[in-house]
Amino acid sequence: MIANLGFGALVIALLVSIYGVGAAVYGARKGAPTWVDSARNAMLLTFPLLTLAAVCIITLLVNGQYEVEYVASVTSNSMPTYLKITALWGGQAGSLVFWTWLLSAFASAVTLRKWDRDREFLPWVIVVCLVTLIFFLVMIIFFENPFARIWQMPLGEAVKAMFPPAGAQLWVQEDGRGLNPLLRHPGMIIHPPMLYLGFVSFVIPYAFAIAALITRRTDDRWIRITRRWTLIAWLFLSLGLILGGRWAYDVLGWGGYWGWDPVEIAAFMPWLTGTAFLHSVMTQEKRGLLKHWNMVLIILTYALVIFGTFLTRSGVLSSVHAFAQSAIGPLFFVFIGLTFITSLSLLLSRWSELKTDAQMTSMFSREALFLLNNLLFMGILVVCFWGVIIPLISELFTGQKVTVGPPFYERATAPLFAGLLLLMGVAPLSAWKYSTAKTLGRSIWKPFVVSLAAPAVALIMGIRQPAALVGFWLCGIVGVVTLYEFWRGALARHRTRDESLPVALWRLAGRNRRRYGGYIIHLGVVLMALGIIGIEIFQTQTQDTIAQGEQITLGEYTLRYDSLAVFDHTDGRNVARAVVSVFKNGNLVGELHPRRDYYYESQQPMTIPGVRSTMDGDLYVLLVDWQPISTQRATFRIYHNPLVNWLWLGAFVFILGTLVAAWPDREPEAAVERSQQKQPAQAKA
Amino acid sequence: MSMLTKNSVIKLIYLLLILLAASLLANGAALAQEPDPATITDDQVNAIAKQLYCPVCENIPLDVCGTQACAQWRELIRLKLSQGQSEAEIKAYFVAQYGDRVLAAPPARGLNWLLYVIPPLAILGGVYILYRAYKTWKQPAPQVTQPKPVAASSDEYVARIEEELRKR
Repeated sequence: MIANLGFGALVIALLVSIYGVGAAVYGARKGAPTWVDSARNAMLLTFPLLTLAAVCIITLLVNGQYEVEYVASVTSNSMPTYLKITALWGGQAGSLVFWTWLLSAFASAVTLRKWDRDREFLPWVIVVCLVTLIFFLVMIIFFENPFARIWQMPLGEAVKAMFPPAGAQLWVQEDGRGLNPLLRHPGMIIHPPMLYLGFVSFVIPYAFAIAALITRRTDDRWIRITRRWTLIAWLFLSLGLILGGRWAYDVLGWGGYWGWDPVEIAAFMPWLTGTAFLHSVMTQEKRGLLKHWNMVLIILTYALVIFGTFLTRSGVLSSVHAFAQSAIGPLFFVFIGLTFITSLSLLLSRWSELKTDAQMTSMFSREALFLLNNLLFMGILVVCFWGVIIPLISELFTGQKVTVGPPFYERATAPLFAGLLLLMGVAPLSAWKYSTAKTLGRSIWKPFVVSLAAPAVALIMGIRQPAALVGFWLCGIVGVVTLYEFWRGALARHRTRDESLPVALWRLAGRNRRRYGGYIIHLGVVLMALGIIGIEIFQTQTQDTIAQGEQITLGEYTLRYDSLAVFDHTDGRNVARAVVSVFKNGNLVGELHPRRDYYYESQQPMTIPGVRSTMDGDLYVLLVDWQPISTQRATFRIYHNPLVNWLWLGAFVFILGTLVAAWPDREPEAAVERSQQKQPAQAKA
Repeated sequence: MSMLTKNSVIKLIYLLLILLAASLLANGAALAQEPDPATITDDQVNAIAKQLYCPVCENIPLDVCGTQACAQWRELIRLKLSQGQSEAEIKAYFVAQYGDRVLAAPPARGLNWLLYVIPPLAILGGVYILYRAYKTWKQPAPQVTQPKPVAASSDEYVARIEEELRKR
């Protein structure tokens, strides 16, 4: 019953969406506002319909209605209720419904804004959002139906179908297979929604870009409207990536936070183009340049968002052939191809209208440095894209799969990331339009000299690796320049307006949140870079099998194996938990409990590390194996990850900066007006 | 005198070489008789396992993979190390058995060659486009744009001078 209700809601949502596209196109072509309003109502109607569908899935999940295939595949009786609810995005079909629900929510929110000055955008924004929605709904309804049930045919075989085949009986199972234990972690419960939020909110700026192209509004209005959407999309995507890293660190048990896995890269690629876009739109706002390029970037971002969902959802990564067999793989492929080609041809047809008279004048101006920044982001994107694609191409043409692992990505992207850090240090000191080598050199030499202190201190502390010294220097220069920017601004305000320094700093950041939010993000990146340098260059590890009472030494740390307990937990897992004492330079500093959980239902083990975490670094202990209690021997793997906590601290600062930048202004429209009035004045200045 | 010395030196060298060869043979024979995997530490095994990927557990390096199959691979590495095989020999063995996919990055031949060529080419292409664009920034109207950078700084300079003049 509930399954039928949910499925009906999905079907009606699809029909309403198709109607909405028709009404919007007709209304826009004929200039008939009533049709556009009707399209908007259709858009708004999809939200309650999809909410109903999602609520139906959740009801089925929570009540353990295992006759529904999706419910049986992601939940089991032993799971707590909150996990049953979050199982909505624990599997393929459910997560696609969740995707459409988010898209419908965001698109509805955006159609409810005040459209007075930009009414011509409305129908086309609706069209783009609804076409995307239609694509996902078609996939859900025809290929990945979360409401499909399992039927038993007269001859005994089980069939998955929405409606009963002739003569079939509903097959009700006693228990489900349960959620993948790796996903039963707080980080993993919020990580997918964050990524999806990021993915989905990038559809909005794309929709406005396409609307601007169709309506031939070649000014930067679409950028101004979607500025905050873009920042929010970027915020969620960043949060999703960070949470994913933290989850990997806590749960996957390989001592790291990022493994250059194709699934991770799938989410990282739209982040790269999105970051390039956030920087490059400033050039269009300030100088009216790069209009074509910004269009290319947002089109790419949209394509990569769909591509990312495709990579993670179609099974193409495990095998090209699995992808060819899965129903949704080829569909995704066609949709990405069609939207990408259509968007690009639209852009080409408007190419000449986007031309501007404005000119780049100096290689050292802010806009030129932003171009370099874009080049580096695109370089990283190409590396990532090829790394993901080559195994597929290789399998397709030679029949042999290859692995593209971390060493390739690290070697290829490290210089590009270093270049980005350098630009982060230089660009804030350059001025729009006018900076020359001379003016830039004059403002940079002092921070440059100060920043040399960072590698100097590292040298004194005995660090000799050239990569680390360069890295510390780059962190130093970004840190110094960024703090200097805050100091300079606050000091100027302090002098001219007679405000105390903290007040001046606060008001300064409040006056230009995007700029100073951006600088806070840069500081976050510096801290994260410290953590990354620490774990990438200075990580040490050892592994040994010892008896109870024996010790393993790694650097200044010594580990003593005290005891081991193996027991069954009520939630359906078998736990082996070791107790180890940690000594640093001979002094007892704590006790750790690395453990191995084995889930009976899914027959899957999970290695949970015992971690002693300080700002100096983490001691990360894994229980790799243990022998029968009688022999009292166990195998431990120990990692020392120096500075890794700075990565997480940096992530907090990073997110804080994004929040500052995206915080709504009190009068957003008035602010836009002001900045538009200011624009000609600035251009003259 | 000098001849004598030279001869004895040569003899000594020969003697040393024979001793060395004998000791190597003896060592080899001892290993062949009784390879003892227990003498190989986990760290030695992991140093090699870190660079390998089994065909089943995608994108999980062998040293941290928890499956039974991967544990057996690690024991195989240990055995081969105890037989005196080098890191390169062990890696070559796994490649011969299971194909290039066991390596962390494919060798640069055949189609895989593209992996190493395309990204640098793309980046160089980007640099070239930027370079061309940079040329055009200066080119179109040299009388307007060329003196601009100079003008900007000299304007500043002039302004400062005028300011100073006014102060007087």
